[in-house]
Amino acid sequence: MKIPVEYYLWLSLALFCIGVLGVLFRRNAIIVFMCIELMLNAVNVLLVAFSTYLNDASGQVFVFFIMAVAAAEVAVGLAILVKMHENTKTVDIDILNRLKW
Amino acid sequence: MNALYIVCGLGLTALVAELFNARKILSILVILGLAAAIGLTIPELGTSISYFTNMVLIDNFSMAFSILIMAVTILWFWMAQDYFNQDLEHYTDRASLVLFTVAGGILMVSFNNMAILFLGIEVLSLSLYTLAGSKRDSLASNEAAFKYFLMGSFATGFLLLGIALVYGATRSFDVQGIAASVVIGSATLPAFFYVGVLLILVGLAFKISAVPFHFWAPDVYSGSPTSVTAFMSTVVKIAAVAAFVKVFSVCFAEIAPSWSFVLKIIMILTLAVPNLIAAAQDNVKRMLAYSSVGHVGYILLAFLAQPESSASAIFYYLCAYSVASITAFAVLLQVEKSNSGTDIVHFNGLFKRNPLLAVGLTIALLSLAGIPPLAGFFAKYLVFIQAIERGMISLTILAIVTSLMGAYYYFRVIIAMFLQEPAGDTLTVSASQKILIVILVAAMFALAVLPDYLLELI
Repeated sequence: MKIPVEYYLWLSLALFCIGVLGVLFRRNAIIVFMCIELMLNAVNVLLVAFSTYLNDASGQVFVFFIMAVAAAEVAVGLAILVKMHENTKTVDIDILNRLKW
Repeated sequence: MNALYIVCGLGLTALVAELFNARKILSILVILGLAAAIGLTIPELGTSISYFTNMVLIDNFSMAFSILIMAVTILWFWMAQDYFNQDLEHYTDRASLVLFTVAGGILMVSFNNMAILFLGIEVLSLSLYTLAGSKRDSLASNEAAFKYFLMGSFATGFLLLGIALVYGATRSFDVQGIAASVVIGSATLPAFFYVGVLLILVGLAFKISAVPFHFWAPDVYSGSPTSVTAFMSTVVKIAAVAAFVKVFSVCFAEIAPSWSFVLKIIMILTLAVPNLIAAAQDNVKRMLAYSSVGHVGYILLAFLAQPESSASAIFYYLCAYSVASITAFAVLLQVEKSNSGTDIVHFNGLFKRNPLLAVGLTIALLSLAGIPPLAGFFAKYLVFIQAIERGMISLTILAIVTSLMGAYYYFRVIIAMFLQEPAGDTLTVSASQKILIVILVAAMFALAVLPDYLLELI
């Protein structure tokens, strides 16, 4: 029996929403990073599912782009975070409210 | 296409320049290289060739915007000499990051496939996060980089989900392929396709910093080193706006009713909110940040009026806007250097301290405010004409009112420069910066005289 593509759609939307909520509500920068990764990986699941159901390989190729870019993004993000930690001794993002209108 | 190769090649050269002790000639090399890239692109205008199995399309749209991006980058390199010289150890790293940002920008205006759009945005953003944090010991710069990173990748997540949903409905990442299935199957497309379109709209609205997705922009712009802010508010904005225009005018023009209402709300907010907040700013750098958000509103008005044929008006608007912006930031940099601050009080009596800077900044601000006979006026005029042609009278009136509000805060700076007591001794400026400001002022008048030539480019 074949699993309908809607199931994958709902699964990845659920994962994506968990990621979004994590970015919005968690205060620890590392966990926020992980939530962003979760958002990107939710998209990967969706792309692979669509790619299989549409019999089209380009969706899976796109997943490789996303994975490569996500790795680069984490490298840059962690570098910024390390620098911030050196200056503030914390990874709490509430520290980031000095610039306000 | 040559332009992209040259910019990437320059970026790689800059990376290894430190090894060969070629730091001193690097900025000359970069400026000459970019000029050569522009020179190679101009003769190709009028052709339309696709590369990499139709993933990149070099047509007039992409060439015009690439030329603009590279020309502004040349002016920026000229302006930002201090930024490079203040940290010689990282001179070449900074130069190569800037060049890779430009390469990402060129991809963003030449994509013909959603994968290239995504890669272009990421190449541009990843370099830019680093540049925003390049003043490593300053907490403000760290914070700007981190906020920019967080908001940038958050927005990328939305954009990607949108692309994935659109792919699921149309079986294509190709811009023309998506457009074709939208035309054929607009009645049978599943509901999640429209969700995807709106998610792409949200993701790109983050990138062009349209209200209510602009909240990161003022913080990032005021926390980053001033030169990087100038780069973000010109080159990066050009690339982001062009990508936005291309996605929605090519892929989704057929289903405009499904997104134009959302875009209209975004546009009204983008016209009203930043212009109101900017009037309350006492820091000129932050005020310019809000003003750059506000200018997106006028671009969106032109786009919304005529989604399929507004590219040339938007191109002209961006030309006028970025020349004026670069001028304003060039003066801001000099004032920041001498007074170590960018509040309005630091601009007091600038005319007595250095008439050239004061006059240059005045002309730039008048152009941003849209006062005739400067380029900014004709840019706004074209936008309003486009909107009126499509009967958007009330929105045009709103735009005119907000541009008057804009004039208020620009004039606050001008009044401080001319009527207040000087905030310091005479301000001396190096000869190359003087020449740059004269050239930029001349460009603002020249753009006002030559709109026809620029409008025919696309």
